[in-house]
Amino acid sequence: MSARQGLVIKGLVKEYVPGKPVLRGIDLDLAPEGITAIIGPSGTGKSTLIRCINRLVEPTQGEITLDGEKLTGIRGGQLRLARRRIGMVFQEYNLVERLTVMENVLSGRLGYVPLWRAWLRKYPAEDIALAFELLDAVGLPDHATRRADALSGGQRQRVGIARALMQRPALLLADEPTSSLDPKTAVEIMELLARLTQAANVPVVINIHNVELAKRFAQRIVGMEGGRVVFDGPPEDLQPHHLRQIYGGEDWL
Amino acid sequence: MSATIAARDAFKPNWTARLGLIAVALYSLYAIGQLDISWARLSVGFGEAGRFLARMVPPNFARWELLLEGMIESLQIAVLATVLGIIISLPLGLMAARNLAPWWLSAPIRGVIAVCRSLHYVIVAILFVKAIGFGALAGVAALTVASMGFVAKLFAEAVEEISMKQVEAIRATGAGPGAVLLYGVLPQVASRFIGFSLYQLDSNLRNSTLVGIVGAGGIGGTLFAAFKRFDYDFVCAILLSIIALIFVAELVSGRIRAALR
Repeated sequence: MSARQGLVIKGLVKEYVPGKPVLRGIDLDLAPEGITAIIGPSGTGKSTLIRCINRLVEPTQGEITLDGEKLTGIRGGQLRLARRRIGMVFQEYNLVERLTVMENVLSGRLGYVPLWRAWLRKYPAEDIALAFELLDAVGLPDHATRRADALSGGQRQRVGIARALMQRPALLLADEPTSSLDPKTAVEIMELLARLTQAANVPVVINIHNVELAKRFAQRIVGMEGGRVVFDGPPEDLQPHHLRQIYGGEDWL
Repeated sequence: MSATIAARDAFKPNWTARLGLIAVALYSLYAIGQLDISWARLSVGFGEAGRFLARMVPPNFARWELLLEGMIESLQIAVLATVLGIIISLPLGLMAARNLAPWWLSAPIRGVIAVCRSLHYVIVAILFVKAIGFGALAGVAALTVASMGFVAKLFAEAVEEISMKQVEAIRATGAGPGAVLLYGVLPQVASRFIGFSLYQLDSNLRNSTLVGIVGAGGIGGTLFAAFKRFDYDFVCAILLSIIALIFVAELVSGRIRAALR
């Protein structure tokens, strides 16, 4: 494996409508370890930024590299090879509801196994073993054969985390992973995410609304406002005046 | 106080609907006059119907071998046409779905499906009889076209209603197009697709009893011949057999549908 240089974003611009940029030139250099939390008001492009990394959204300008390999400008098979190294956890879990928990977890291997194996569910034994290991780790040891739509929100997000880690990713993206959960479950999910990604040595980029959760779990915080980075530093440096700049106003503080 | 309340309208009269209903009623009366439907004509007609029904009972199952042969042929036409139609509909429906296929592919495929649906299957059967000759092959071909039109259209609509979030998640794992279909799309539509297919099998069983009338094989030919020879007791036997077949098919497909839920 090549030396890990982490995620490098240079001059990233995204315009959904020409002339109306959502991201106005983002430059970020993320070490290949730890959790980086992106905070900012709704509609400021946090989600767009994360989706530009695995190209679920097509960047308008700029360059993104992961461990020295370009993520921008690639297509087809090359893009799929890049995507399989990037796990993603979604706000609404995005499990395939009519598939079982095990099938959902193993779908993290779809970028690796040939189509016939995926179709006949003939996954390599080490993949199945890892899937069971991950299910144990996320606290769902007895749910492998249940259908995903039979699970609660917290359980679904646990499966979502297992699916992302199943890819043995070099980077994990999390787009508001706790926003659909109650406060207690949200903390449990964050603890799980932090513990498992640290154990697997996977760096995490996470969009999060809850500033307290961000400060508690992240080693680095990136504050965004109006499509730009306005704060970048460790959680202890994040002061109320930064939050006023990021979110505007002060009555809520 | 009460006067002001009475002055407010809780319900607004819908004059468009009222005028529309009056127009439909007037046109119906006019049509009855045009078509010469009178009490005299009705009483003659009901008299004829009575004599016709009297000649149908008791049903005559003496030529049961002929009956069975026709029924089996109809069943085979229906099953073959359904299987072929479904096999063709699966890729056709996926290619016609506007959320997955690019417009330059979905637009022409939607056109093909629309053409399949535009002609009644009896007309299609006549065309096939003229093109490839009398017999069951023409019936299978005609009902296959009808099945394609129906199943592919509904399947494409089902695919257009799927949750793209689930598809996006599978795409994000680095899955190729085949794996995205297998894991992201098909699980979401599989049970509905099976439902459409069962419904089409029901429908084809019914339709396969008719294509014989235009020479495309099955019990319809036997039925038509019996009508022409005024063998109304045999006609009754055939009709009862068709009803029995459809009932059994409904029962079986109902069970399968219930088991899928």
